Amino acid sequence: MSTLPNPAPLVTQANAEFWAATADGRFQLQRCNECDTVLWFPRRHCPSCWTENVSTFDASGKGVIYSFTIIRKGAMLYKDAGPFVVAYVELAEGPRVMTNIVDCDVETVKVGMPVEVVFHDTGQGNALYRFRPAAN
Amino acid sequence: MSIRGAAYIAGIYEHPGRDLPDKTVWDIHIDVALGALADAGLAMEDVDALFCDGTAGFGVLTLADYFNINPTYVDSTETGGSSYLAHVGHAAAAIAAGKCHVALVTLAGKPKSGWQGPSFSPGPEAAFEQVWGMMGAPHSYALAAQRHMYEFGTTSAQLAEIKVAASIHAQYNPNAFLQKVVTVEEVLNSPMVADPLHRLDCCVVTDGGGALVIVSPEIAKKLGKTNAKILGHGEAVKHTNNGRIDLTHTGAVWSGPKAFAEAGVTVKDINYASIYDSFTITVLQTIEDLGFCEKGKGGTFVADGGLVAPFGKLPFNTDGGGLCNNHPSNRGGITKVIEAVRQLRGEAHPAVQVPNPQIALAHGTGGSLGSRHGSVTLILGQEDA
Ligand SMILES: [Zn+2]
Repeated sequence: MSTLPNPAPLVTQANAEFWAATADGRFQLQRCNECDTVLWFPRRHCPSCWTENVSTFDASGKGVIYSFTIIRKGAMLYKDAGPFVVAYVELAEGPRVMTNIVDCDVETVKVGMPVEVVFHDTGQGNALYRFRPAAN
Repeated sequence: MSIRGAAYIAGIYEHPGRDLPDKTVWDIHIDVALGALADAGLAMEDVDALFCDGTAGFGVLTLADYFNINPTYVDSTETGGSSYLAHVGHAAAAIAAGKCHVALVTLAGKPKSGWQGPSFSPGPEAAFEQVWGMMGAPHSYALAAQRHMYEFGTTSAQLAEIKVAASIHAQYNPNAFLQKVVTVEEVLNSPMVADPLHRLDCCVVTDGGGALVIVSPEIAKKLGKTNAKILGHGEAVKHTNNGRIDLTHTGAVWSGPKAFAEAGVTVKDINYASIYDSFTITVLQTIEDLGFCEKGKGGTFVADGGLVAPFGKLPFNTDGGGLCNNHPSNRGGITKVIEAVRQLRGEAHPAVQVPNPQIALAHGTGGSLGSRHGSVTLILGQEDA
């Protein structure tokens, strides 16, 4: 199993609330109060109806792997990570989010595999959301 | 208004170098500009419209200054490697509107001998895409390949057929970076970079560049040579769609129909196609999306020499493409147009020249299939097409 670095994300005015919640182990999503669209990635306007009337909620942290790749040799911060997995996970709430799949042999990862969120502390006041095979 | 027949590609030039440590990107821009203008029979002072991507310093301001010309129509559309096909479409529209008469498009870059490329400021997606170890295009395109395999049963051996076809063509190109014919087995045995893409599923990394000169019909007539008539153009941006990205198709599903409609032709009329080939999967998805075969059947289409010139179902990338010949500045768009024009002029290598082609297609894909990209389709033809 690979040990991944935990680089801090680029926190901006638009995503500060999202990243702050990860420090408490919460994966938050936004939903539009006008048209019910679930947003990804965090932003001020609903990308379906462009209202600013959106609210934030705690997501389930569950999903399935939509697609993935095993990066055989990483670069820069990831250069010593060994083979590791980058994936799009389709969340139970709809959005497909880019992430890493962790806590399993990279060769066992499959499209359609159920996964659940885990958080890896960056040491910078937030945590990276990664996903591992679901417990059941 | 349509651009059909409103403009011609009168000049083309591909820099022969693949490793250019002694030249600056600005030297290469001038080299290719002069090459394409000479090919057209025009001079730098004839240029009244200038097009370049977003990697060239301050875009058209930098290049106009360095070329020391005074264009009255400029465009720095930046859609990655497809930018130059967009420039052709935009130049044709500007010429049709009477805004200019001689448009110059240049590309130059040195990713092999010393990267002097762009450093774009991070977009709003950066925090959600740049922390996972995705360090290059292969990683991102691999996500698209994996999903295509899952949904349609596409195999690595089928993807490899695309590299094999490109390598068969590249053996005739003395400037090609890779000139050795490879087999499916050699592709499959090359090191895995990012599953399911092997090293030989990827394009080459080269220095170099290219240029195009697009002119009005009046000027084309005066130049008195075989020019490629611009028949149709379509462009589209495919993106992550608020987190609902569909990795199984490209923006060609939108750019293709627009270009075909404007040209008044169908896939059956295409005698030769330059298909953007940053990776084998880019070609496979694009030929499906342009309608050369049913969605999901690209793997079958490319098997058994389907892409091999001159007699395959769809002769493609007869210069060897980005997969074998050249990918200057990590961008293959301008060479796609150049080889399509060579085919229409009958100037491709005799071993891969399609007999008497009437209509050619060139398609660009810039950015990434794994996130967001710009798709541009051009349809070109003979004078009477
Ligand atoms: Zn809304």
